[in-house]
Amino acid sequence: MPSKGLVTAALGRHRHDRARLIDILRDIQAQAGCVSPEAVAEIAAGLGVSTVAVEGVATFYHFFSARPAGTYAVYLNDNIVSVMKGRAAVAAAFEKAVGCKFGETTPDGRIGLHRTSCIGMNDQEPAALINGVVFTSLTPAKARVIVEGMKAGMDPKAMVASFGDGANASKIVRAMVKNNIRKEGPVVLAPFRSGSAIKKAVKLTPEEVIAEVKKSNLLGRGGAGFPTGLKWEFCRREKGEAHYVVCNADEGEPGTFKDRVILTERPHLLFEGMAVAGYAVGAKEGVLYLRAEYAYLLPYLQKVLADLRKKGLLGKKIAGKTGFSFDITIKLGAGAYVCGEESALLQSAQGERGEPRDRPPFPVSSGYRFLPTTVNNVETLCAAARILEKGGAWFKDMGTARSAGTKVLSVSGDCKKPGVYEVPFGLTVRRLLEMAGGTDARAVQVGGPSGCCISRGQFDRAIAFEDLATGGSVIVIGPQRKLFEVIHNFMEFFVEESCGWCVPCRAGNPLLLRKLEKIMSGKGTPSDIADLESWGKTIKAMSRCGLGQTSPNPILTTIQNFRELYESKVDRNRDFKPEFDLAESVKAASEITGQKLAAHDPENPHA
Amino acid sequence: MPKTKPVLTFTIDGKKCRTSPGQTILEAAKANGIYIPSLCYWEGMKPAGACRICTVRVGGRYMAACTQPAAEGMAVENDVPDIQDMRKAIVEMLFVEGNHMCPTCEKSGNCELQALAYRFQMLVPRFPFQFPVREVEPAGTKILLEHNRCVKCLRCVRGVRTRDNKTVFGALKRSKDKKIAVDQALASALPEKQARQAMDRCPVGSILRKEVGFAVPIGKRKYDKKPIGSEIEKAEG
Ligand SMILES: Cc1cc2nc3c(=O)[nH]c(=O)nc-3n(C[C@H](O)[C@H](O)[C@H](O)COP(=O)(O)O)c2cc1C
Ligand code: SF4
Ligand code: SF4
Ligand code: FES
Repeated sequence: MPSKGLVTAALGRHRHDRARLIDILRDIQAQAGCVSPEAVAEIAAGLGVSTVAVEGVATFYHFFSARPAGTYAVYLNDNIVSVMKGRAAVAAAFEKAVGCKFGETTPDGRIGLHRTSCIGMNDQEPAALINGVVFTSLTPAKARVIVEGMKAGMDPKAMVASFGDGANASKIVRAMVKNNIRKEGPVVLAPFRSGSAIKKAVKLTPEEVIAEVKKSNLLGRGGAGFPTGLKWEFCRREKGEAHYVVCNADEGEPGTFKDRVILTERPHLLFEGMAVAGYAVGAKEGVLYLRAEYAYLLPYLQKVLADLRKKGLLGKKIAGKTGFSFDITIKLGAGAYVCGEESALLQSAQGERGEPRDRPPFPVSSGYRFLPTTVNNVETLCAAARILEKGGAWFKDMGTARSAGTKVLSVSGDCKKPGVYEVPFGLTVRRLLEMAGGTDARAVQVGGPSGCCISRGQFDRAIAFEDLATGGSVIVIGPQRKLFEVIHNFMEFFVEESCGWCVPCRAGNPLLLRKLEKIMSGKGTPSDIADLESWGKTIKAMSRCGLGQTSPNPILTTIQNFRELYESKVDRNRDFKPEFDLAESVKAASEITGQKLAAHDPENPHA
Repeated sequence: MPKTKPVLTFTIDGKKCRTSPGQTILEAAKANGIYIPSLCYWEGMKPAGACRICTVRVGGRYMAACTQPAAEGMAVENDVPDIQDMRKAIVEMLFVEGNHMCPTCEKSGNCELQALAYRFQMLVPRFPFQFPVREVEPAGTKILLEHNRCVKCLRCVRGVRTRDNKTVFGALKRSKDKKIAVDQALASALPEKQARQAMDRCPVGSILRKEVGFAVPIGKRKYDKKPIGSEIEKAEG
């Protein structure tokens, strides 16, 4: 691989800036198909850091590979909804047509088949990324056509047969992705005229803007539900040579895709929300951290930013306000769920491994570049802009007493109308299922794997911070589904996405997964269920960040709500059942020697 | 001009403690003669919060004592049965996550993981052994990396730097595949003192300075004589 020229060019493009290491690695991966040890050494020399520092970053992210990932790198989503919608057949079709297995690259280096975690397309699964281009609603037949195209050397972009709706079809995006907006609410998805929020904001003092947001009772939409006005106030009060607004567009929780739709259809609302936040906290710079899976939107988002600059809504003297300047840059991730955690996101945005930081200090005092920063979700910032446009009281009137406003939900799985629903807080799961055509569900996963799996008896519970909190993911699980398969898929996700920093999450989750598999294989006893509960509790209590603190939830919430399922799988009359299978473990030897193992009762080995 | 240090008071398991603002719960506990078990912590290094063995509970919330500053009026729960059992579970997780054959280990008797297992009276881990396939790797010319034993405490990553401030050790990959590695050239060029220091600071027998592993015989090592934590508890007097 002639990496020398590529590395030199990439280093130059990114001004030999260590903080832009991920951009440098992205360029190399895209151009050379891998980040080879030679490239690592050259980058390290060019940046004046140790090789292990560069290798550490390169090996952290899913979309960087040390070995060639293929001239065409196919990343097929393996989350549970993709599985429900026929992933296995699509994967088999890819393998057969390409001639290699998933996890491999063809000997000529042309096509590589890889699995990946949720890519934010749950309403149109199975979906895959090929060199960053999104392919949705795949079938075995479509897979075969794609493989033909790759073999013929076509540009993946040219293989996109038809385009989605809205901005997806615009010249600059040209993606087959569909928005599937099923319900537009008044806050986020309603039409928005650029300038109508920021122009009002700059007529107020920053303190008054914060007061308005506080009055609205807006709580963060990224999951944790922290009051946005308070976060801005904390950030504003901190002293530092600069303040920053960071928008969290990492959207990695399996089953969430509403931020993708907002970025596609309401980017000007989002960017205006960032400007409002910038005015409020006293920031001149904003950063949009965009997950790698959404890189196909990058040129489009850059254009929206350029348009806003032309209109005087970004840049200097915004909305005519002397002394207020604010601009936004976009930073791309490279494939890691944990980078949605705000402090990991900040590390990643600074070109580091996406490992969470210890808190305190919190991002409001030590955030981007270790300076005061407000990190907010895409939807939060949109809501904030709308609050400035329409008033905090208007916003507070919607929803419930504790959860004001609306929530944009991403509904997927076994329902007739998967897609995006903007609904007032307080809506029951039952009502949502009626709207989405999924009333025969046996279970609903609210809040993604880190959330809660509820049973039919709980469908009258409400979507709200005080009841079922959710960052937006709602996965409908139909009566035909095996719940254990869902739980297993979620646990595999957490095992894979753990950053590996702390012991309970890194070492504990694989143990939970193994124990779950033991029960699934029919070799469990009641004590195994008790172990799952106790180990899960330990992992939640001892883990360092929100990932580990929620990772046992797929198991714990199903033990709570579907206990009979676990009990039906274990042998209630025994305290211990050996997992060890003698016949199985000597199978290879028996085959070689041609000797059959005498009938053996593992319960009574000396019989 | 001598300034009197401002003092804050808080409690650990009901016992009154005094410390100065900015001190972590772990440091403050130590200064007050209370042992909070720890593994990744190393005095003078930026804490990593990686092992979580120092976890305590304040107002029902769990936090790492090595990263959390003590605050006025805090009521810290430390030596209580459920927390101690969860700490023990973490020690056990580490034993099954790697391959720890203590009787053949250069660090036996000086090993903090082994000493914690004794302190928690671990007999056999509650978790199944994973027996991962790991290697012994030459890390430059002076050091061996015994990956079977590494607990990813990151002391080496945090503590070893060249004169021009380059990191020598680093972490690769993520999840259970996470692994410590070195910059081969920089590790070979480490001055003898630093190489020794890297080995001595590694809590387990994962960093080995070649040819000196058994200089002090097993049986005469630190924790062969006294249990871990006893130096702090004794100081309390
Ligand atoms: C593992 C993990 C993943 C997360 N992923 C996201 C995400 O994709 N998007 C997001 O906005 N917040 C995510 N969060 C929450 C963020 O840490 C943070 O709370 C949020 O961005 C703050 O914004 P808000 O106050 O507007 O909600 C995640 C948290 C954890 C622990
Ligand atoms: S909980 Fe998991 S993701 Fe979070 S710091 Fe620990 S290992 Fe990393
Ligand atoms: S090699 Fe030793 S010091 Fe380094 S992380 Fe592993 S256990 Fe810690
Ligand atoms: S000593 Fe505190 S986390 Fe390891």
